[in-house]
Amino acid sequence: MNKGSSVYKARGLHLFWRVVWARAYPRIVGTFRERSWLFFETLLPILSTAAYVFVYRAIEAPPEYTGFVVIGGAMIAFWLNVLWNMAAQLYWDKDIGNLELYIASPAQMMGILLGMAVGGLVMSGTRAMIVITISSLLFNVTYETGSLLLFPAVFFVTMAALYGMGMMFASIYLVSGREAWHISNLLQEPVYLVSGFYFPVRAMGFWVAAAASIIPLTLGLDAMRQLLFAGDPTLGFLSVPLEIGILVLLAVIFITGAKLALDKLEEIGRREGRLIERRR
Amino acid sequence: MIMNWFAKIMDLPLVRKSNGLRSFLIAGWLGWQIESNWTRPFLFAIYSIVRPLAGVMILVIIYSVITDGALQEPIFAYIYLGNALYILVGQVITGVSWAVIDDREHYQTLRQLHTTPMNGYYYLMGRGFAKLTVAGIAVVIIIAFGKVFFHLPVEMAAIHWPLFLVSTILGIISLASLGLLLGSLTMMMARHFWSLGEAVGGALFLFSGAIFPLDTLPAALRPIGFIFPVTYWLEAARRALLGPQAVIFPTFAEFSNSSLLLILLAFSIFLVFFSSKFYSWSLHRAKEKGLIDMESSY
Repeated sequence: MNKGSSVYKARGLHLFWRVVWARAYPRIVGTFRERSWLFFETLLPILSTAAYVFVYRAIEAPPEYTGFVVIGGAMIAFWLNVLWNMAAQLYWDKDIGNLELYIASPAQMMGILLGMAVGGLVMSGTRAMIVITISSLLFNVTYETGSLLLFPAVFFVTMAALYGMGMMFASIYLVSGREAWHISNLLQEPVYLVSGFYFPVRAMGFWVAAAASIIPLTLGLDAMRQLLFAGDPTLGFLSVPLEIGILVLLAVIFITGAKLALDKLEEIGRREGRLIERRR
Repeated sequence: MIMNWFAKIMDLPLVRKSNGLRSFLIAGWLGWQIESNWTRPFLFAIYSIVRPLAGVMILVIIYSVITDGALQEPIFAYIYLGNALYILVGQVITGVSWAVIDDREHYQTLRQLHTTPMNGYYYLMGRGFAKLTVAGIAVVIIIAFGKVFFHLPVEMAAIHWPLFLVSTILGIISLASLGLLLGSLTMMMARHFWSLGEAVGGALFLFSGAIFPLDTLPAALRPIGFIFPVTYWLEAARRALLGPQAVIFPTFAEFSNSSLLLILLAFSIFLVFFSSKFYSWSLHRAKEKGLIDMESSY
């Protein structure tokens, strides 16, 4: 950093990269340093996943539905991360006084949002992997391995679109007060329902499933299930290539939307003095 | 107008004399304001209903997909009612521990509260009561929704009202005491406190036979369900609401209605006694360790 008496100053892309890494760092390091989190963060999804698995067993459902629930239950980690650690994060940061520090520093806000996304992805990915592993072992879930190349592609575009959506939400939450908490609360069970976290989204009917596709996990989860389970091929909503195409489009729209919303809402926030207000 | 009524209640001789009752009522009022005053009443009503309704609809769709819409089967009513009644469990159990988190971390008022002459045990009960009120309304609406849209076999004339009322009162006393136990634990925790209520709520959801008969669980796990009062309350309330239409699975076949009530009564007495002792001990320990006004920024 220091070259003699002068101080090195990162600029442009290098500054952006350093901002991303600085914001991602506590989340990535925290995941592995503070391991006691893993108990609660994996126990809760496993409990609810198990409850739905036993519902399917009570009504004698075909075995592939157990796998559907396990994958859906694991994906909840990403959705909750987007809601609480992406969308609501700038609201928390505003509440505890971090936001004004971000804005007063030379850090780009898009870098901070991207850092939050990268850190959150690692954090949730670790938890989702543990949930899938434990639940699969507990309930004897078997997976198809024929699409190992396509699966990472589906996962990557789903996450890009999902965290892009989270970045956009974060900008919108920036100007909200106590409502932020309630909006995040409200977007849990209703989204589990319309996105088909515990059942194939096709069961909701074409138009509901199509409308729910604005949430990237709807199509991502549907594509992952089609690739991982050999069961009835008619359970899928759209074809996997089409779902990948739509997810790429959603990723572009959400990330662009995040940038535009952030610029606009930051300007409004500055003008109306809402960036530093604390309304409890 | 409501404020005037509340002021009149607070002025009643019985309320003026009892510190516990006063703490309970004021906390209930405060809890209601915290729950509801962030938006307009209409939006709040929608907000309070949408989440539990979505939760129950997940089960309706799961059931319909697998059984091809056989909603007239007794197990559907079992699943639907169990999930609807469980809303109370989740809200009351997590509500009390969240009241501690809210006061300590979010509003940062816990230390001020403990400088007042309030009774902390009844204060937390009151905060739980506010959650219970919101959840109770949601339960009624969801059961009515099931009756209208899914022909749930709940008939007003066929409901076993004494069983329903007594079991629900005992069930709520047990739930509130469990909530108090979690709230007391929360006072002594520096980390993960926000997950405590959800973890216990999640475990109860799985082991109490809320949405599937206990017989479905592996034999080794079934006994866990019998150590929670929630299991007995859900069974009794389902029997009361469904009347002769209630399906009784083998795990509860040997339990008569009166034995369910007796077990619930025993749980209630034990949990009220234990939770009040545990609260006093936890409060003392939290003060001693300087945790009572801790702000962890979690």
